[in-house]
Amino acid sequence: MASSIGLRGRVGKRRALSRARRDSRAGLWLVSPTFIVVLVMVVLPVLWAVILSFKRIRLINLRHVDLFAGPYTFRNYDRLFSSSEFGRAVRTTLEFSVLGTTSAIVLGLVAALLVRGSFRGRGVVRGLMLLPWVAPVVALTFIWQVLLSPQLGLVNAFGTDVLGWDSPIPFLSQEHGNLSLLGVSIGVPTALLVVIAFDAWRSFPFAFLFILARLQAISPELEEAARVDGATPTQVFRYIVLPQLWGVIALIAVLRFIFTFNDFDEVYLLTGGGAGTQVLAVQVYSFLSARNDIGGGAAVAMFMAAGLVVLLIAYVRLFAAREEKA
Amino acid sequence: MSRPRRRWSRNSIEMSALRVLKPLGIAFFVIVSVFPFYYMILLSIRDISQVIQSPGSLFPSLDELSLDAYERVLKPTSEGGQGFVRFLINSALLGAGTVAVTLVASILGAYAVARLQFFGRRTVHVLFLSVYLFPPVLLAIPMFVALSRLGLRGQLPVLVLVYVSQTVPVCIYMLRNYFETVPRSLEEAAEVDGCTRLGVIRHITLPLAMPAIAATSLLVFMVAWNEFLFALLFLVDNRSNWTVSLGVQQLKNIETPATTLMAGSVILTIPIIILFLVAERVMTEGLTRGAEKG
Repeated sequence: MASSIGLRGRVGKRRALSRARRDSRAGLWLVSPTFIVVLVMVVLPVLWAVILSFKRIRLINLRHVDLFAGPYTFRNYDRLFSSSEFGRAVRTTLEFSVLGTTSAIVLGLVAALLVRGSFRGRGVVRGLMLLPWVAPVVALTFIWQVLLSPQLGLVNAFGTDVLGWDSPIPFLSQEHGNLSLLGVSIGVPTALLVVIAFDAWRSFPFAFLFILARLQAISPELEEAARVDGATPTQVFRYIVLPQLWGVIALIAVLRFIFTFNDFDEVYLLTGGGAGTQVLAVQVYSFLSARNDIGGGAAVAMFMAAGLVVLLIAYVRLFAAREEKA
Repeated sequence: MSRPRRRWSRNSIEMSALRVLKPLGIAFFVIVSVFPFYYMILLSIRDISQVIQSPGSLFPSLDELSLDAYERVLKPTSEGGQGFVRFLINSALLGAGTVAVTLVASILGAYAVARLQFFGRRTVHVLFLSVYLFPPVLLAIPMFVALSRLGLRGQLPVLVLVYVSQTVPVCIYMLRNYFETVPRSLEEAAEVDGCTRLGVIRHITLPLAMPAIAATSLLVFMVAWNEFLFALLFLVDNRSNWTVSLGVQQLKNIETPATTLMAGSVILTIPIIILFLVAERVMTEGLTRGAEKG
């Protein structure tokens, strides 16, 4: 130490350099546990699933078959693309995720606007509205099943006793129903709509939370100025508030779309995938459990992942293009 | 007040409409959010035959109510119950294990991403978050194959690892936000005083970020407790390792009275709601922090 006094400048420089290197090394060390977990539990499984989707693997021969080496085959994919069931599942998945996401965002936006101003009990109201989002999905789906049950459900009891329905409606097992409004009767996919409603109910708090956070970060001056200039509340919302919310709404739309697109729990727990509600994730599960076909399941799952990436790229392109125009 | 005022201007119509609609809207959302939970608790303390007779009764007489369903659901199977105490222990163990491992990994990782310049710092963060892009069912297939081959299906520790991989990325994201609010000068001062890197994290960063860490832990615990798909795929053959979620779902398919299972659902839900109410503010702020900037 004492001998370095005369060389302080150079030593300082070397120390700064080695400090950067030490930081870099420490950084890599510190992320390595996460990196290993993600590698082992996510990256490797994804790569392996690619291989599995090109192999004939059934649950019965799982113990004997070579899990990595060939023979490889396109059979799993061939069979998928020629099956009408798969095409239906793709359509159902898109309907479920687009409608579920949209209705959750609309509900969340309305709820956030309602709770925006201050009033007594606001904190409690906000907390209560988050309950559907935090509670376990198994419990929530079970409550809905009982509520909608034809035998002991509250909804059907109300419908037959008060609204004068002829017979109880099996909401979760009816594929097509008729909705009569003002004498006009239209066909509706009952079970699918219920599943979408459930998703909207369970995930509106998520949209609500993010939109509310954004609303509270908006400075009130612009709105006050517009009000002074004679803008009505709806005009203020349309021209001042909403434009500032598009960013967060786009973010929620992407996140919610990813989650609903990949969702297994809600549909499986509510209908088991029956009555026209079989989404792709549930189809993967039925390949695994009912048909014992691991290769086929892997092919559907790979299609999901690839489809999602394509949709997201398209979305980003579209969005970026619109941003540039604006 | 020189501004001329028409009685029925668009503004005044909108204002009075809002005055009426706002409380109605708030009431609607509160009822829609809370009612199913009320219904769940109500059914769990009603008698099944009464429910079948009058399913529409929302405020039954007090003498109809009883806690028998809870006794039935909690008692071990050897005594004719459903053995939910066992499931509760499993869920709690899974949750605690996941929290412990996730916290260690994500505290270290978040500190590195927040503070240290290292190769791939920005990419690593995005990379971790892209975990959520993959459908869980996709990840489940190879895991299912591997675990079946190794004979490890049905074991709780394996499930801990799965949950860790699903929770670490969002935890790093949340914790990084907080770590960045810890003043750098404090850490540097400690370093000058001879603290090692891990020493700095332990003695300076952690205590200052404690509320955030507590909230993150609760979030992780909730995710592990609520999880269903992986529990279904890996644990279903081994009843003694079932989680509460899996228990409710599996028994639903067998002839178990709805009221008994409602009691099971209450037991499944209450711990999560209590945890959430404790940590709501910090947890939601940590999640939405990025969104406020638009």
